[in-house]
Amino acid sequence: MNRLTLFIPFALCLALGAFLFFSLGKDPLDLPSALVGEPFPEFALEELHEPERQVSTDDFDGQVLLVNVWATWCFACRIEHPWLNSLAKDGVVIVGLNYKDHRKLAQDWLQERGDPYQFSIFDPRGVLGIDLGVYGAPETYLVDAQGIIRHRRVGVVDERVWNGEFRDLYQQLVDEANAE
Amino acid sequence: MQSNSRPGLGLLKQVGLFLLLLSSSAVAVEDVVSFSDESLRPRYQQLLEELRCPKCQNQNLADSNSAISQDLRAEVQRLLEQDLSDAEIKEYLKNRYSEFILYRPEVNSATWFLWAAPVVLVVLGGLIVLRLSRRKKTDGTEETPIAVRSTDQQQRLDELLNRSKQGSE
Repeated sequence: MNRLTLFIPFALCLALGAFLFFSLGKDPLDLPSALVGEPFPEFALEELHEPERQVSTDDFDGQVLLVNVWATWCFACRIEHPWLNSLAKDGVVIVGLNYKDHRKLAQDWLQERGDPYQFSIFDPRGVLGIDLGVYGAPETYLVDAQGIIRHRRVGVVDERVWNGEFRDLYQQLVDEANAE
Repeated sequence: MQSNSRPGLGLLKQVGLFLLLLSSSAVAVEDVVSFSDESLRPRYQQLLEELRCPKCQNQNLADSNSAISQDLRAEVQRLLEQDLSDAEIKEYLKNRYSEFILYRPEVNSATWFLWAAPVVLVVLGGLIVLRLSRRKKTDGTEETPIAVRSTDQQQRLDELLNRSKQGSE
């Protein structure tokens, strides 16, 4: 028998070890998203501040924007909120999706901490949440001018995440939209 | 030790108490669900077993009591009442929560290896075992070659062999 074949088990062990080692750094909560590259799901829900006003994807108005899923019961949302405020100040359009929450609590929360949202979708039963595949808050979606979801972040969007995952793609989408 | 010999609590009562403890944990996560048609219930249970909770990983929808699992259980119930087939319900959830939600992954370009691996490994193992056993058989008939055997050792071996032959006669 060729002596080299004796090394096959060793090579297999090495390969397995390498596979497991590189899997270590992976975040198991970072799920593949079914909706990246798909149109933002249709919805017809009340606006948070104006209960009589129905909002839908038509209200996205062909803008490149962020949809931010949040709730008053969500602790991490408090952490990311100041960064969303500063993004809004810089002219980034953000739409709020108030997820499984109470209207009054949510209104007070925004009153107190500032409201970075162009408008807020009120989804107390989480119906849009299920269509989006939301399984917690916060989550943030980047939607292009054609209403296609281009990126999804589960968890906090702060300055580091914005610069790392969103900024360049956002700028590119805005440039594309302006060119048309 | 003391509790075992405590007077007054008969064996039957002890067993009864023990059974009570078991039953309370078994129904802990069960919602009260009502169906328009009771025949939907087994399908509902089956689906909850096979769908994975996206938040609390490594639990299925039946096990988990997280908010998202409650919502998804209600969603499965709603879809069942709408007369969707099991495959359609799985497709519906897969389109939203990605394949991750299926505890039994579909066979596709990313998962075929997962499905084929057990068969491949069994066949591979079988071949190796077959080859090893065959080699052993052929080796057994041949004289075992020992590379290093000094003349001293050979002499001693012959002596021993002769002695045992004489002894047995």
